[in-house]
Amino acid sequence: MSASTEHDQLILHTALTAGRIMIENGSEIERVEDTMTRIATNAGAQTSQLFVMITGILMAINGEVGAQIQPVKRRTFDLEKIAVVNELSREFAVQQITLQQFADRLDHLDSVSKYFPFWLQLLAAALVSGPLEVVFRHNLHDFWITCFVGMVGWVVYYLISKYVEIRFLAEFASAAVIGLLAVWSHHLGLGNSVDDVIIGSVMPLVPGVPITNSVRDILAGNLVSGPARGVEALVSAAAIGFGIAMVLQFV
Amino acid sequence: MTITEFIIDVVGNYVATIAFGILLNIPRRALNLSGWIGVLGYLLYQFIIVLGGGYVVGNLLGAVAIGVASLQAARWKKMPMILFNIPALVPLVPGGQAYEMIKNFALGQNDTALTFLLQVVMISGAIAFGFLLSELVNRLRQRAWRKRE
Repeated sequence: MSASTEHDQLILHTALTAGRIMIENGSEIERVEDTMTRIATNAGAQTSQLFVMITGILMAINGEVGAQIQPVKRRTFDLEKIAVVNELSREFAVQQITLQQFADRLDHLDSVSKYFPFWLQLLAAALVSGPLEVVFRHNLHDFWITCFVGMVGWVVYYLISKYVEIRFLAEFASAAVIGLLAVWSHHLGLGNSVDDVIIGSVMPLVPGVPITNSVRDILAGNLVSGPARGVEALVSAAAIGFGIAMVLQFV
Repeated sequence: MTITEFIIDVVGNYVATIAFGILLNIPRRALNLSGWIGVLGYLLYQFIIVLGGGYVVGNLLGAVAIGVASLQAARWKKMPMILFNIPALVPLVPGGQAYEMIKNFALGQNDTALTFLLQVVMISGAIAFGFLLSELVNRLRQRAWRKRE
């Protein structure tokens, strides 16, 4: 293999890996296209053709290598990785790092990227639930019990989405748990209003990333990926709703 | 609305926005700013409500404010825009109305449920349209910038 072919292979590999990481972690399509084109241009490719969809990427550059496909299989929300890819792309543009370093750091990104510690995520889930219950319903008495129920609901969501490979089951199960706990806490006299506790506690489960990205993708003209994400948001919202409705009907 | 309630609302919004950011694993140096953008969107929404503008206009302008402020923050910090506007959106989500809708459907009171469904659709539409308007403002500003250079 000649040196230029090898270089072209590296450009394709780097751009495709960057694109896959960004889509996997919840970036909008326009940003992915923009970043991949910049990587190819900055690496010295004269032209590049891209086809980016929410389930896979197809990319070709001029030269002897053919077009390559990168499927996108899993989907999580880790906005830090998008920020890291963005930063690396900026560093590469001003030639602080070489293409080879860029590729290496992208390949190792999955193993070095760090989430917030688990206790902090628990605290965060509690602090989404409680304050929003107060903001929406002005019911200060139920603040603490909403924090607790929201935290337990989020633990259920976290564990199920980590160990069970069925999509939308986690939303459904944790909504059902939240409903049961809210009704139960009302029976024990800990909460004044079942409604307020449930409204606050489901807030950490709100599919914020798909909603926002769906709107942005449609506005940018990505008429396949935008509605696809909208369906994703709608189904998660429906799963939460069914979980709550099931509990309310039996109680 | 009393002053105490107002302060509690602002603090609650700030904390909730940051906490949602932590659940999405936003980089640490973007957290504080996204919290303030959430407060900004909510303040505009509340302002419109107090003026008697109705919840649809309130959500619309709140979303516009979030979109414009997020782009400004993204330029300033050199980070992607979605780090700021996704958490800031959360206090505008029509959680209360969506819950009332589900509850009334589950209990078989379909007329009340349909009223709330309409509200949820209107608010979601207002937020989406607000993002569209903010994108328009951003594009116009970008064009103005380029001309000046």
